[in-house]
Amino acid sequence: MNTILDIKNLHKNYGALNILKDVNVQIEEGDFLVLVGPSGCGKSTLLNCIAGLEEITSGSISIGERDMTSVSPKDRDIAMVFQSYALYPTMSVANNITFGMKVRGIDKATREAKLEQVAKQLQIEALLSRRPGQLSGGQRQRVAMGRALVRDPKLFLFDEPLSNLDAKLRVEMRTEIKKLHKELGASMVYVTHDQIEAMTLATKIVVMKGGVVQQIGTPSEIYTTPANLFVADFMGSPAMNLIPSKVKTNGKGCELVIDRGTEQPLVLHDTSAKNLPDEVIIGIRPEDIGDATLRKSKGLETSDCLVDVVEPAGADTYVLLSLGGKEVTARVPGDTKAASGERMTFTFNMSKLSYFDPQTGLRLN
Amino acid sequence: MDKTYNSSMKTAQTVILRIGLYVILSVFALYFLMPLFVMVTTSLKHLDEIRSGSLIALPRDITFDAWQIAWSQACTGIKCEGLSPYFWNSVSLAIPAVLLSTFIGALNGYVIAQWRFKGADIIFALMLFGCFIPFQVVLLPMAKLLGIMGLAGSIQGLIFVHVVYGIGFTTLFFRNYYVSISQELTKAAKIDGAGFFRIFWSIFLPLSLPIIVVTVIWQFTQIWNDFLFGVSFSQAGTQPVTVALNNIVNSTTGVKAYNVDMAAAIIAALPTLLVYILAGKYFIRGLTAGSVKG
Amino acid sequence: MIHWLEKHMPKLVLTPSFAGVLVFVYGFIGWTAWVSFTKSKLLPKYDLVGTIQYDRLFASPRWETAFENMFIFGGLFIAIAMVLGLLLAILLDQKIRTEGFIRTIYLYPMALSLIVTGTAWKWILNPGLGLQATVQGWGFESFTFDWLVNPDKAIYAVTLAGVWQASGFVMALFLAGLRSVDQEIIKAAQVDGIPTWRIYTSIIMPSMAPIFMSAFIVLAHLAIKSFDLVIALTGGGPGYATDLPATYMYTMAFSRGNVGQAASSAMIMMVVVFAIVVPYLYSELRSKNHG
Repeated sequence: MNTILDIKNLHKNYGALNILKDVNVQIEEGDFLVLVGPSGCGKSTLLNCIAGLEEITSGSISIGERDMTSVSPKDRDIAMVFQSYALYPTMSVANNITFGMKVRGIDKATREAKLEQVAKQLQIEALLSRRPGQLSGGQRQRVAMGRALVRDPKLFLFDEPLSNLDAKLRVEMRTEIKKLHKELGASMVYVTHDQIEAMTLATKIVVMKGGVVQQIGTPSEIYTTPANLFVADFMGSPAMNLIPSKVKTNGKGCELVIDRGTEQPLVLHDTSAKNLPDEVIIGIRPEDIGDATLRKSKGLETSDCLVDVVEPAGADTYVLLSLGGKEVTARVPGDTKAASGERMTFTFNMSKLSYFDPQTGLRLN
Repeated sequence: MDKTYNSSMKTAQTVILRIGLYVILSVFALYFLMPLFVMVTTSLKHLDEIRSGSLIALPRDITFDAWQIAWSQACTGIKCEGLSPYFWNSVSLAIPAVLLSTFIGALNGYVIAQWRFKGADIIFALMLFGCFIPFQVVLLPMAKLLGIMGLAGSIQGLIFVHVVYGIGFTTLFFRNYYVSISQELTKAAKIDGAGFFRIFWSIFLPLSLPIIVVTVIWQFTQIWNDFLFGVSFSQAGTQPVTVALNNIVNSTTGVKAYNVDMAAAIIAALPTLLVYILAGKYFIRGLTAGSVKG
Repeated sequence: MIHWLEKHMPKLVLTPSFAGVLVFVYGFIGWTAWVSFTKSKLLPKYDLVGTIQYDRLFASPRWETAFENMFIFGGLFIAIAMVLGLLLAILLDQKIRTEGFIRTIYLYPMALSLIVTGTAWKWILNPGLGLQATVQGWGFESFTFDWLVNPDKAIYAVTLAGVWQASGFVMALFLAGLRSVDQEIIKAAQVDGIPTWRIYTSIIMPSMAPIFMSAFIVLAHLAIKSFDLVIALTGGGPGYATDLPATYMYTMAFSRGNVGQAASSAMIMMVVVFAIVVPYLYSELRSKNHG
């Protein structure tokens, strides 16, 4: 496999402000890399650095094993789709798509052939003579994609391309981008603040916060073994439950003692955990707390808890309870008999537990 | 019963209020129109009718003699060739000065709004401040400089001065227009391979028609109506129309011909008035844009 | 080389304008400031001699009149134009059917040169054949309206013409401001049963503070620079009763050949403008950077 994008020790400062700190990322040909994080985390700046639209302070960026540090955007063999679509308002759709080729001096016959091919691929043949102002949001999105596709670049860059669409269209376009990625086998870097988009699209996710890379991994790695409390909280919806707990270590593993206010503490046993400090934060996904019907092979612990709130959501019902001073969400089947204010038996899937250090926030297991 | 009585009272009250409103608005309209009316009627009267009649009376028999004299015979000091040569002076200085300052302002605004670099904001602030200085403070050194450049008393010199001190405003206009256009547009074009000028010509200029109209009208009005630069940096023969008008009105030779003064004033005002009537919307937009930045 | 050009093109394009501003605005201000501290008479001299010119300036009765006039004219002009402009804007904001037409009438003086305005008003205000004579002709024999030739009143004649020229413009500014107030807030107030005049005084006006500020700045700026109007209307007379700093400066520079006095009076004008405009520009640019 060829390395398509290789970012080494990248720093970016605006004056005294560090926007990006020591970023190292590598992707192979055909990868779909998603940069995800809250706004202001530096993900868009990183994308602009890859595109060459912003200069980097130190470090290096290579695309297709060529050092790009001082290469201008037009020579980087990239294409980019923007949040606002950035369609040229006075040009027709066709001219929007072919403008880049025209600037590069590509002959008319080639331009038209490529235009036709891309228009067909994106089903925008009927729109070619219109102005961007006459298009709907979804159509503009397609045209912006067309402008990128026609370049046939080494690397596609997407800067929050779906955030201006309504919810339904966003899901449709998400699927379409994923299909496109499959068909073309192209390499892509995609910026979003929406963790669901990240999970569904990526082959590789970079989670960022405050200009620092928090974790790099496949969607399932990020989901099941988050590297720190930030990633645990940010990725997944509803979010991972993060419950403070005391730890007693004995011969048979660890005993987790979770405060329940006026009630007796909840005690769970994790036989596989070792070397935990006296206090930890337990990370457990809502689907790993079930009702009595949850049947997993081993490592199940059951306990009675008081139900605070019941939120039916169709196929599933979310049940909220209070543990360790935190609101904890459990996902149970939709036909549950759970009722707020009543006690109910919950099952905890101990094999899926994450442990975090309360001080550093780092993962312990 | 009571209710209908009350509501009819109320409608009567509103009607009276509305009438009062229109009366007040009309009175003010008369106040604003009166000088123009007086100018036009006076310019169409014979001198003896002016001396004997009332200021606001309509002319008894209309004559265009005053217009004829104002255009081609009135004395502006020693020479008596009317306003026409000076009118053409103004035309031939306003056109290049307007075009040049608009073009430079467009490029400047494009750079400041779309190609931000360190210090660009400071440069913009410095230029903006240049719009606000009282020009008296630059009159003396500019007179000296024009002398050194060999442009003293020439139309080219006046063009130069108007371009130099017009750029602040034209840059402001274009900057504020371009700043509202997403910078992603420039980014997209850069990735498409277009350079600085290509992006300007192919993408920004075609978008700019409204602001070009506003800027051209603003600059034209400013330059056509200018008096200070005109009177300071011109000499006999190169004066703009405003200076010539003032000379006609204040020339002490001969009988005071008020009808000629008024005809000359209207002639001098006609181009900008025409622009205002034809493109008032853009004129107002320029006025408000020049004062309310944002 | 090409890469360097490509990278620095924006800066290169801006450089000539920037250099021009540095030289023709800031350099020239510097030159005038320097000369104002010399003994320059007909020709500029460059040996600094302290504040002689300023001493002489403030000892001159003519400058005293001009400086005073600036505040009389400026104060009245700004106040009347603002009040009138606001009044007209509010009246026009009452869903007037012929609004566009009336607006056009109110605003056209702004398209005229101040020389034209001055010429017209000079004719209207001349006592022998103008308004005074006309009203007397109607039978009001004792009617006097001799502002133009009365040294104590002439500055008010200048104010009258100035207000006529600028109040339509102020109206346009305020009207735009009135229209930009969030309509939902006004609807909410109407639903609450708040009377119209209260809506204006408590809700609309406070939200127009920035427009008052802009109008004030523009008018102040116009007032200080006013030169054309005085030249055309009174020529600074009778005597020097309507001199303004702007006309004083011009007279010194181009008729009296007194470069030192011209420079020092220009600097005083500059300082006055500075005192008004700089805080305004500063707050404008600041709020923009934060917004």
